Amino acid sequence: MSTIPENLFIIVPCYNEAECIVSVIKELKAHLPDAHLVIIDDASSDASVEVVKSVLDEKITLLPLATNLGIGGAVQTGFIYAALNGAEYAVKFDGDGQHPADMIATLLSPLLDDSADLVIGSRFMANNDGFKSTFLRRIGIGFFAIVNSLLLKQRIIDNTSGFRAYNRAALEFAAKYYPSFDYPEPEEVVLFAHNNFRIKEVPVSMRDRVAGSSSINLRRSAYYMIKVTFAIFMTAMRPKIRR
Amino acid sequence: MDKIQLVSLSGSIIFIYIVLHQVWRQRLKEAYALLWVMTGIAFMVVSIWTNILTIVSDLIGIVYPPATLFLLMLMGILFIIFQYSLVLSKRAEEMKRLTQWTAILEDRIAKLEKDKKSVK
Repeated sequence: MSTIPENLFIIVPCYNEAECIVSVIKELKAHLPDAHLVIIDDASSDASVEVVKSVLDEKITLLPLATNLGIGGAVQTGFIYAALNGAEYAVKFDGDGQHPADMIATLLSPLLDDSADLVIGSRFMANNDGFKSTFLRRIGIGFFAIVNSLLLKQRIIDNTSGFRAYNRAALEFAAKYYPSFDYPEPEEVVLFAHNNFRIKEVPVSMRDRVAGSSSINLRRSAYYMIKVTFAIFMTAMRPKIRR
Repeated sequence: MDKIQLVSLSGSIIFIYIVLHQVWRQRLKEAYALLWVMTGIAFMVVSIWTNILTIVSDLIGIVYPPATLFLLMLMGILFIIFQYSLVLSKRAEEMKRLTQWTAILEDRIAKLEKDKKSVK
């Protein structure tokens, strides 16, 4: 069995996931009994907060946000909390059940042997037969793979994967500078690579969401593509924060 | 003085009065009021010294002087609206930080209260 480090914080953003957040928490607890779970409720309008409160224990922290900040702002709250509470490693894990808890050890291993600062769980590597998103979204994913790879001189295939692991330096940086977008993942890759963090991708197999619907629908996806691309180029052109 | 000059001059004065009154009532921050007062003063200047429009029109090659007035107005409004976008962006960032820290501090208070209870 691969090692799970101490002081691992799992950051779980949750927005209207009352139907599956408990099974996500249970899955995480089953695979990582010693990890700290930080669940950030992004002002859900359903019973998410109540449902999470019913399963709280000393290893689970629930941070309910007063107003909806979008995924970026919610996740950043988790990074701030983790940085304040002595986290050595953090993993970002979606509250909708798409991410597999049994892959967290795989995600962490490049951090543990210090070959990366940020690890992305990629759906498009090796012989991967897990859920790979819908056709239209795969076009978007392909687009960001090209844009980011050209900008970063490093090939990053799955820029939209939210399943990521961070070491202390990366999580501290995320606490300060995480992009406050509704769709921050591709920009985050550029931000971290641009600021000299070592990024690695590892193949993971994901599931289709258990319940709820994607935060990005067809009508808004064109808008997001433009907005995110714009943000990516602006990020790449800014002076480096970290050398 | 023309009729139109009187109308626009009194209009500008009323406008400046409204702006200053809102500042006096503490409903408008001085920083934002300044932009509007400057706009009002610009209108006053144009009302009194109408020739300035002809001079500026000649300078930038506009044949019809009132068009210069519209141009200047639009530019002024554009500038003020852009200023608001800047302020809004800053507010959004501040709101985000406040929301994040409220949640974190709320959790800290809950834990402290729990500790206090268990001590008793």
